[in-house]
Amino acid sequence: MSTLTEIGVHNPVEDFLRMERIPSIWCPGCGIGTTVNSFVHALIKTHTDMKKLVMVSGIGCSGRVGGYIGTDHFHTTHGRAIPFATGLSLANTELNVVVYSGDGDLVSIGGNHLIHAARRNVNLLVICVNNMIYAMTGGQAAATTPAASMSSTTPYGAFEPDINIPQLVDAAGAVYVARWTAFHVKQLETSMAEALKKKGFRFIEVVTPCPTLYQRRNNMGDGLAAMKDYKDRSKIRNGAGTHEVAMLPGEQIIVGKFVDRERQDYLTLMRSRLGANFQEWVDAPPQVEHEEGEGCGEC
Amino acid sequence: MNRGSVVVVTERCKGCGFCVEFCPTHVLKLSSAFNAKGYHPPHLVDGDKCSGCNLCGMYCPDFAIFGYREPQVRPVAPAPSQPGKEA
Ligand code: SF4
Ligand code: SF4
Ligand code: SF4
Repeated sequence: MSTLTEIGVHNPVEDFLRMERIPSIWCPGCGIGTTVNSFVHALIKTHTDMKKLVMVSGIGCSGRVGGYIGTDHFHTTHGRAIPFATGLSLANTELNVVVYSGDGDLVSIGGNHLIHAARRNVNLLVICVNNMIYAMTGGQAAATTPAASMSSTTPYGAFEPDINIPQLVDAAGAVYVARWTAFHVKQLETSMAEALKKKGFRFIEVVTPCPTLYQRRNNMGDGLAAMKDYKDRSKIRNGAGTHEVAMLPGEQIIVGKFVDRERQDYLTLMRSRLGANFQEWVDAPPQVEHEEGEGCGEC
Repeated sequence: MNRGSVVVVTERCKGCGFCVEFCPTHVLKLSSAFNAKGYHPPHLVDGDKCSGCNLCGMYCPDFAIFGYREPQVRPVAPAPSQPGKEA
């Protein structure tokens, strides 16, 4: 009998991963690895050039994704994935820059960067794995932690309401906004493939189980329980207004592609403003004259 | 429907059960046996019904299982000749 390799049977996802680093650090029932399958299948579908793909992430369980994918990767300090990625995509315009990180990193500690990169419409694909907590750092409440949730920093349950991420990035000007859960592996793959093909600031939120640091404190069962819950509670509404998609405990999770529009990206705007002088300015930026004695006088 | 099968790399499995739950033809089951880390990896119980759709592979967070369609056993029919179409 021929072996599996001889008949050409192998998992194509493995070709895109650093298999020497697998098994991953993720807990049993964590959903982050599931999103990686969708991402790799999207890379295959879009024939993405792996030599030009760069993954950027911040701190957190989801921030480990880039390290498992067999391409260049930069792991930044907490919350600073987007500013690093912005510089990268503007300095080397050939690169295809993907930020893959968590909700605590991107929306909470790095929330301001998220808003402004969306506003500037920088050429970035941002994949935000939303497990509703700062997981790796110890299960602290994040801006995405649902109200009344128990966490290591909210022993009486969180008092604050959580943020509706698609509405935030839509308002800030992102050109592509979608939300899926780890249950929607195929739809997520399609969305990631669509977003990989587009320019400008593209944002995909993926709701994933975190059995260890979110669900356990909230008596929500294991990873599989969360996946079944997503299956039961999700409703696909492509094109839904992002003001209508806030996630409320026990209520429908609205998923789908909410925004897909065209708007000039930052690089194109800069090039059109600088016109024919663009290359000149890149090669030799105009020097600001140093003026003595300027300032407020206090410092 | 093409017949298919799965490959399970038992040592990578963390026993989450995603593959078992979301297999559309319900042909997987977690084994009673343990792997070295103490998890129960899945196995095929009704192999004939596996379509090789690889949904189990899409769900597996640990890259421990994937499905494939079995290569055709029948010899592939030669491509029909196209009379009148000279290169
Ligand atoms: S702590 Fe939560 S998010 Fe982190 S690996 Fe474990 S389950 Fe996943
Ligand atoms: S390949 Fe498809 S049918 Fe076969 S076990 Fe996996 S999910 Fe089930
Ligand atoms: S999905 Fe993967 S890790 Fe989970 S039980 Fe199946 S093979 Fe094991």
